[in-house]
Amino acid sequence: MQNSKNIEFNTETLELVNRIISRYPEGRQKSAILPVLHIAQSENSGWLSSETMDYVACLLQIQPIEVYEVASFYSMFNLQPVGNCMIEVCQTGPCWLNGAEDILAHFEKRLGIKPGETTADGQFSLKTVECLAACGNAPVIQVGTEYHEKMTTGKADELLEKWQSENKCSHTNPYL
Amino acid sequence: MAQQILLKNSDVPGLASFEVYRKLGGYASIEKTLKNFTPDQVTDEVKKSGLKGRGGAGFPAGMKWSFLDKSTSNPRYFICNFDESEPGTFKDRHIGQLNPHQLIEGMILGSYALGARTSYIYIRGELFYVLRIIEKAIAEAYANGFLGKNILGSGYDLDLYCHPGAGAYICGEETALIESLEGKRGNPRIKPPFPAIVGLYDCPTVVNNVETIANLPWIMNNGAEAYAAIGVGNSKGTKLISACGHINKPGIYEIELGLPVEEFIYSDEYCGGIRNGNKLKAVVAGGSSVPILPAELILKTAKGEPRLMSYESLAEGGFETGTMLGSGGFIVMDETTCIVKNLLTFSRFYHHESCGQCSPCREGTGWMERILHRIENGHGTMKDIDLLVSISKHIEGNTICPLGDAAAWPVASAIRHFRQEFEDHVKLQKCPLSK
Repeated sequence: MQNSKNIEFNTETLELVNRIISRYPEGRQKSAILPVLHIAQSENSGWLSSETMDYVACLLQIQPIEVYEVASFYSMFNLQPVGNCMIEVCQTGPCWLNGAEDILAHFEKRLGIKPGETTADGQFSLKTVECLAACGNAPVIQVGTEYHEKMTTGKADELLEKWQSENKCSHTNPYL
Repeated sequence: MAQQILLKNSDVPGLASFEVYRKLGGYASIEKTLKNFTPDQVTDEVKKSGLKGRGGAGFPAGMKWSFLDKSTSNPRYFICNFDESEPGTFKDRHIGQLNPHQLIEGMILGSYALGARTSYIYIRGELFYVLRIIEKAIAEAYANGFLGKNILGSGYDLDLYCHPGAGAYICGEETALIESLEGKRGNPRIKPPFPAIVGLYDCPTVVNNVETIANLPWIMNNGAEAYAAIGVGNSKGTKLISACGHINKPGIYEIELGLPVEEFIYSDEYCGGIRNGNKLKAVVAGGSSVPILPAELILKTAKGEPRLMSYESLAEGGFETGTMLGSGGFIVMDETTCIVKNLLTFSRFYHHESCGQCSPCREGTGWMERILHRIENGHGTMKDIDLLVSISKHIEGNTICPLGDAAAWPVASAIRHFRQEFEDHVKLQKCPLSK
C-alpha cells in the first residue's frame, strides 16, 4: 500500500474548484462532486485515498460518506493505488469484433501483468473498460484523457516505447 | 447526396471555432428566434417538425417539451445528454469534437423555449478532451454575446456549463443523469413523476440527446415544414448513423430517414460493403440494446419488403422479426463472427453497468454473463440456452429503468435467430468459430 498523504490543492486549483462550484445553485455545491473528484484523483497519483475523499468532502461541505458512496459507484475512480501510466483497453462488442483481445493480450505480454495489476516498477497499470464510444475506429484504448484509436500491436509497441522513455504520467488535471 | 443538417460543414477546417462557425451562418437562428418567436412558438415549431429524440427511445422532442410544468415559479432546467455510451454509438462525440457551436446554438434555442436560465451539458467523463473543446466554444459564445445576460438585447439570460460524468453507462438514462448531476450515485428514479415535473433539484427539467439538440438551429432557420419534408412516414429528418464492425468504411453517416438498409450497407457512399468480400451474417442496427437480426431479416422484412433505415421499417415485425432504430449505432458482423461471443461481450457490459438497484437486473445480468461464458467456453448444456431465455424474460419489464430491457433483448434475440449456433457450442463443447 502506498503511503497515504494528505492532499491540499494549490491556489490555482482551488480557483478552478471554486469556479466549478459556482456553476451550481446556492446550496447545491454537492453537484460539483464528480468534477472535483476527477481533479483530486489527478492530484493524488491517479487514485482516491480516504484522505483525498475526506478533503473533497471538506471542500464541498458535505459528509465524507457522501463522497465515498459516489466514488465507489463510478468506474473512472480508482480506490486503490495505480501505476504512473494507466492503460485502459476497451473490450466491448465492436472493439472485440476488431481484435481488442489481441491488443489486450499484447499489453499483458509486454508488461507482464494482467488487467487490474501494476508493473513492479510502478510505471504501468492495465485495466479493461467498457465501450468508449469510438467504435468506428476500433480497437480503442484510453490513457488519461487521450484516446488511441485503430490500435494494432505495432502501434502498442510504439506507444509503450514512447511512454517508457518519457516516463508518461496519465494522471493530469483533466481540465487543463 | 442526402440532405446534410449535422455533418454539412464537418470538413471545414476550424469549424470548432466561433469565427469559422459564424461565417458559415452559425447562430443566425438565435437572432431570428429571439426576435420573432415566443418560447411557446419555438416548442410548436419543434412539434411540427416531427423531430424525435435521437438518443435511442425516439420520443417526439416537441411533445416532451410540452410536458414541462409551467405552473410553478421554480427555475426550469434544460440538460443535454452527452453520456454517449451505448456500444456501437459514437455520433455525439463527432458533433462535440468538430461542431460544438451547433450544439451550443441548439442549447440556446431549447433553453429559450423552455424558459431555462441555467443549462448543463452532461458529458461522459472519458470524453474530457471533448469537454475541453466545448468549454472553449462556450467561452467564445459568451464573449460574442450569445450566452450570458440579455442575449442580443432580448432580455433573455442564459448560463451554460459542461458537467463531466465519471464512467457509468446508466447515467445516459435521464433520471440517473439528473441524480448524477446532483452529485449522487447514478441510480434511476421511479417515474412518475417525470423530470418535466420533478427533475433537477426537484425543478421542471427536460433532458435531450446531443443530436436532437444539434438539429434545432436548422429547424428554426428553415422551418418545421422543411424539416418534416425530409424522411419517410413518421420518421422525419436526417439521422446520424455510426457504423462499425466488419464493413469496409466504418464511420458516421448522415442519412435521410428511409434509406434502404441494403444501400446503406453495400453502397460506396456509406459502409462500402463487408470487409474482405465476406458474407453478411448479422446486424445490430441501433446500439447494443436492440434485437440482433440475421442478414436476411435486416435486408428485408419478413413480408419480403426492403427494410428501410426508419423508425417504422426497422420495427416492422415487432421483436419476432424486427428490431429498432435506437441510437443509430449500426454494428455489422460478417460470417466469421461468433454470435455467442459477441453476445457475451454485451452481457458483460450490462452486468458491469447495472446500477444494482433492482434485483432482476443486478442478479440477472451477471447470471446471463456467467452462463454465456460457460457456453462459449464449451461447458454449457442445452438447458442453459432455455435458462438464458427464461432469465431475460424475468428481467424484461421488471426494473425501474430500461437498462434491464436493454440487457434482456440482445440475449432473447440472439437465441431467437441463432439458436443453432448456441446448440453447436453445447454439442461440440467448444466454440465452432474459435481460431
